[in-house]
Amino acid sequence: MDLLGFARGPALKVALAIFCLGVAWRIAGFALLRIRRDLNKPRASPAKFLTEGLIAVGTRSWPHPEFIGRTGAGEALGYSYHLGLFALVLLFGPHIAFLGSLFGITWPGLPSSLITVISVLTLALFLAVLFRRVTNAVMRMLSNFDDYFSWFITMLVLVTGLAATAHIGAPYQTLLALHILSFDVLLVWFPFGKLMHAFYIFPSRAINGALLARKGATS
Amino acid sequence: MSAPAGMLDASLAPAEQRSDEARVSGAMSGFAREVGALSAFRLESCIHCGICADACHFYIATEDPQYTPIWKVEPFKQAYKREASPFAPLFRLLGLKREVTAEQLAQWQHLLFDSCNMCGRCSLICPMGIDVAALIEQARRAMFEAGLAPKELYQKAAHQQLTGQPEPSAEPYSAKLIAIGERFGVDIPLDVPEVEIMLCVPRTDIEHYPSAVAALARVMQHLGVSCTFRSDGLVAENYGYYAGGKDWQREISLRLIDQAIACKAKTLLVPECGHAYAALRWEAAELYGKPLPFRVLQVTEYLAEQLQQGRLRLATAVKGATTFQDPCESVRKGGINHAPRTLMKAMGIDLHEMKNHGGFSFCCGGGGGVLDIERAAPLRYRTMENKLREIDDTGAQTFVTSCSDCRRTFDDAQAHFNWPKKPQSLLELVADNLTGAGSAE
Repeated sequence: MDLLGFARGPALKVALAIFCLGVAWRIAGFALLRIRRDLNKPRASPAKFLTEGLIAVGTRSWPHPEFIGRTGAGEALGYSYHLGLFALVLLFGPHIAFLGSLFGITWPGLPSSLITVISVLTLALFLAVLFRRVTNAVMRMLSNFDDYFSWFITMLVLVTGLAATAHIGAPYQTLLALHILSFDVLLVWFPFGKLMHAFYIFPSRAINGALLARKGATS
Repeated sequence: MSAPAGMLDASLAPAEQRSDEARVSGAMSGFAREVGALSAFRLESCIHCGICADACHFYIATEDPQYTPIWKVEPFKQAYKREASPFAPLFRLLGLKREVTAEQLAQWQHLLFDSCNMCGRCSLICPMGIDVAALIEQARRAMFEAGLAPKELYQKAAHQQLTGQPEPSAEPYSAKLIAIGERFGVDIPLDVPEVEIMLCVPRTDIEHYPSAVAALARVMQHLGVSCTFRSDGLVAENYGYYAGGKDWQREISLRLIDQAIACKAKTLLVPECGHAYAALRWEAAELYGKPLPFRVLQVTEYLAEQLQQGRLRLATAVKGATTFQDPCESVRKGGINHAPRTLMKAMGIDLHEMKNHGGFSFCCGGGGGVLDIERAAPLRYRTMENKLREIDDTGAQTFVTSCSDCRRTFDDAQAHFNWPKKPQSLLELVADNLTGAGSAE
């Protein structure tokens, strides 16, 4: 078995298994802890605070006007590279084919030339994000191995993918193998680190938003 | 049975003689008790973006990264990941999370108590939606278990838990209440056996703002509603809440709950005291173990309710341009945003809002017990500068609030900065502008 065969064969299967089991374990690990019933009389009806929770999923996507001056640029940077990643993962033909093989559905993608442009832009944004993390005193203080390794492995997938599509640095088969192998590593790392925020972000906004709305608090 | 007020003294202090191991163990077991699915989810969700710093007045004033709100719970995040998270064994094995040390906890005392008002502004900015303030409250409880609550808060909490009063006094507060009534010429209903509404009072008002106590009595008398203060459940503040002593917080809340039940009150009316409202409205039932058999209302929302039902009529207050300081616990965290503005509108007040107001207002700087912590004063003054500037920028000459702790904090600032504005109580403003049946006019 060659490197590419290994990367998209057994390595991918093992990585996917670790990803699925790991994600399930991590979520169950805290979700099965006790949940205290709030005995304090709510200010809002259940329908109202549940609705407010769902609304918070949207409203927390962008800072309140009171905060934009201080955080707007940082959040815009954060969302930009996420959008770039989503476009690359979901709208690049070979990725659509791969996801189609997993889920049984496919959809139209973007032209390769546009994908290349998005890749380069996303790469630049990724570097900007790292620069910000190491130069911003608050982010530098908060950062740990998880932050840097999660950045590194995502960047590696991005760089190898770009190199493979642009045929830079090594034969295509090798670059593709490295791209898939780096993705395998990302899948393995995913449940253990901050990449899990992909699963947490909407429930977290909704639950905390609903709990604040229950009290009539500002959300 | 309660110890008599005034018996306790400064001999009550955090357990400073405890060994380091005992401290860490106390903090960790305290935190473990508090961590349920919700807190764990909050701890899990943090992506280290640091955005919460930009909501915190301590960070904004100093640009010192240690004041980043989520950093204030870092030892507990570290402990959760290492000891209780789904992959805890892996974190331990690979050494990815170090053990929390006693030195670390001691260092964090400054971050969790001196430099956090628990105002909840950070909870509004997190893109993951994390209620950071809720985590900080839990971390304070763990610090209390470690004997690391600041001595000012610990001593007041201990005294209040035992006597019902946070500080010794020459005479019991009930006697002081009666004296206030005599001084201001208003009847103070005390220990009436059966009433519709039970009243309580901030110690701050008894000691510093007796006119606010008289205003409450006058307004209730005007409304003609049966009400009473209770000698055995008088003080609204809850220093157990500030200090992080959950059991003491429960004991202190139970005094009021028991008295409200004893006098068959349908409503427990919380005066102008933000954290008292938070402790009674949003935490007391959980500590009581079942839903409270009465409503808990803050006086501002009660008066707005009376106004809307036509039972309260107010004359126009001649005040000129006025601004309002939103108490964090009752407005941002408690949901009483409209009531104060409804009352001010009814009095025809020309309200000039601050740049950050309502749910987004900056804390006065004294909340969360910070005003009581002596060593925190220099940092508190530094954070207040922005707030005072916002007030000045409104151009308002009159400055109103509905929290006696906010009021005391600004009075202190007035003296410290030689600042020309003096905060006024919204309740007192209402009491001064009562009109219609029952009015003294």
